[in-house]
Amino acid sequence: MENLIVSPAPHAHSNDSVRKNMLNVIIALLPAYVLSIVAFGWGALIVSATSIAACVLFEYLIAKYLLKQQPTIGDLSAVLTGLLLAFNLPSNLPIWIVIIGALVAIGVGKMSFGGLGNNPFNPALVGRVFLLISFPAQMTTWPKPLGFAGKYLNAETGATPLAAMKEALKAGDASKLAEIDVWSTFTGWLEYGSMGELSVILLLIGGIYLLCTKTITWHIPVSILASVFVFAGLLYWCGYQGAAAPWVHLCTGGVMLGAIFMATDYVTSPMTPLGQIIYGIGIGLIVVVIRTWGSYPEGMSFAILIMNAVVPLLNIYCRPKRFGETKKA
Amino acid sequence: MTTFRIGGVHPHDNKEYSAHKPIVDVELPKQAIIPLVQHIGAPAQPVVQKGDKVKVGQLLAQAGGFVSAPIHSPVSGTIFKIDRAVDAWGMAMQAIYINVEGDEWDESIDRSEKLVPDCKLEPKEIISKIQNAGIVGLGGACFPTHVKLMPPPGKTAEVLIVNGVECEPYLTCDHQLMLEHGEEIMVGIKILMKALGISKAIIGIEKNKPDAIQHMQELASKTMGVSVMPLDLRYPQGGEKQLIDACIKRQVPSGALPIEVGAVVDNVATIYAVYEAVQKNKPLIDRVITIAGKKVAKPGNFRVRFGTPLSQVLELAGGIPADTGKIIGGGPMMGRAMSNVDMPTNKRVSGVLLMPKEESVRKEVQNCIRCAKCVQACPMGLEPYLLSKQSENQMWDAMEQHSIMDCIECGCCQFTCPSNRPLLDYIRMGKAKVGGILRARAAQKK
Repeated sequence: MENLIVSPAPHAHSNDSVRKNMLNVIIALLPAYVLSIVAFGWGALIVSATSIAACVLFEYLIAKYLLKQQPTIGDLSAVLTGLLLAFNLPSNLPIWIVIIGALVAIGVGKMSFGGLGNNPFNPALVGRVFLLISFPAQMTTWPKPLGFAGKYLNAETGATPLAAMKEALKAGDASKLAEIDVWSTFTGWLEYGSMGELSVILLLIGGIYLLCTKTITWHIPVSILASVFVFAGLLYWCGYQGAAAPWVHLCTGGVMLGAIFMATDYVTSPMTPLGQIIYGIGIGLIVVVIRTWGSYPEGMSFAILIMNAVVPLLNIYCRPKRFGETKKA
Repeated sequence: MTTFRIGGVHPHDNKEYSAHKPIVDVELPKQAIIPLVQHIGAPAQPVVQKGDKVKVGQLLAQAGGFVSAPIHSPVSGTIFKIDRAVDAWGMAMQAIYINVEGDEWDESIDRSEKLVPDCKLEPKEIISKIQNAGIVGLGGACFPTHVKLMPPPGKTAEVLIVNGVECEPYLTCDHQLMLEHGEEIMVGIKILMKALGISKAIIGIEKNKPDAIQHMQELASKTMGVSVMPLDLRYPQGGEKQLIDACIKRQVPSGALPIEVGAVVDNVATIYAVYEAVQKNKPLIDRVITIAGKKVAKPGNFRVRFGTPLSQVLELAGGIPADTGKIIGGGPMMGRAMSNVDMPTNKRVSGVLLMPKEESVRKEVQNCIRCAKCVQACPMGLEPYLLSKQSENQMWDAMEQHSIMDCIECGCCQFTCPSNRPLLDYIRMGKAKVGGILRARAAQKK
């Protein structure tokens, strides 16, 4: 008999892996990705391919040559960051801007903290917000969804429903709000917007897949959506000047994409159910505040990044309920 | 949902290899090696000397204190020596070596198969019989059974919870014992209820053993106060605190014993031993163990006398498969990997799992991605990712504040970790350290 292996228990493993989880999120993003290719044609393909390739390449180079670590691009986390970054960009964004976004996302957002698992902020959102601040014009012109008939550069552009809403709010003109067609934002057909945020229903399907595969739990998405609904509803039903209906808030902009795919990022979200719920409520509140009173039409990225900063605190104060703790009455 | 309320995981139960295999008696060894530590508590003190002749069931060593248990001879023969023995985990301890001669039993032991259903003894007599028979918890912890039957002043037992869960994958000995000796177990339950002065007992069995559930239900329907609770599959349901929570929805507070919530938990194998001790005068000298593994030729359930070398039992199961990478005493979740198979079986070993090489090697460790799956899995409501990190950084005080001593070392955190992190290795290390600090602090106060 050869030498036996001796190691402490447990000797069994669930066979779960980082790669499996990342792959599940990528699979969940596919329905929405297909729609954005159908809607934006070549632009969507070019932007997403550039973003993914640049993210993977930057992670590989930084890990190997700057940090002198074994690159871990095989875990697919860089692919996911690239895809999510692309989802948050307009599909007519020039390639060089996309590459800068990928560099900031991976380089500053992730690797500067030591790589996977150590970053406090969602890397894709760090990239997107950097681009939004640095290239405000390019980042806020949205191509018309003409499929492969549309041009990549010099495309025909228009305003997102949220931008229209912001205009209406600024003008105090409630009549424009009525023009937002909730049904089309729900299905995502013929909408202006970032590549991946078009269709509420397709993102929801992805979310259900993530829940069924136990990749994420319900706490973060449900608390975000509920809190957006409640806070937007308060403004709406209290008759605040120009406030949009809560279902309009839920079906527009990055709320769905953010709630299901961005805020649930493992690394940057709280560890305990209570922490996750508080985090979600915070995100929902900040989004409604930014959309209603801020200068940007949309605030999902900012809301998630701000709450990312609170996560360490939530981890300290929101302990899970210990076994047998109920005793004291 | 009838299961415990916090955490848990679903490992594949892998029971098919040895389930429903009838219990086979293992032949007597040529030499039996009987360690003097086979229980939690003080080591037993030998009462025999080199050269003494002993019969099966004769007292070899008396209990070393209240929390301790006597040890009886599982074989007949001559005491060869009392000497140091090293077990398969490298632990050295005193042991009695007996050269086996024939199979001569002590006359007081009733060796017939006949069921003795009635017990006329007083509770005190029952408890002392259990104490003198050396019975300890056979679920794995080996806590002396008589201690559980004597609640401290001010505490009263309300319900006996019978552990027929067997949540460890691969192990099937308790399952088979319920099928073959359900009647005896039922008598044992009645004896324990009488000893405790209670009128209620619940038998918890996981639903992957439908025949055992049905069999025990039939028997329970004829017995006042005893009921069977089929439980949903979930590891670590056989953990004492988890089983109490699943059966009576009460949670034992941190640091307390089950009696705090009025419960006494005993494993079905322990209760079978209680029956044999009280009704048949047979001390604890053997037990049923499972030999299993995906490549084992003849896996099954075997009744072994303590002191029989494991290698002899493994021969009966068809020997050790060629590509075995790990041999585990117990199941895959909490069992301990052994460095050899020369060690004798004892009260602690409930099974042996032979794991193929490809499953034996741990996978590459990656960064913690803070997915919180360990927090969801922990059945004690702890934060394994944090405790493990604190242990790595030797933050003993912080670990104490984060309830490290509540950890039951079930391994759910490490099982579930997608980054293959050795969470429990670090937590176990920290727990040992913090436990030492707490004991030192308590000693200083005195």
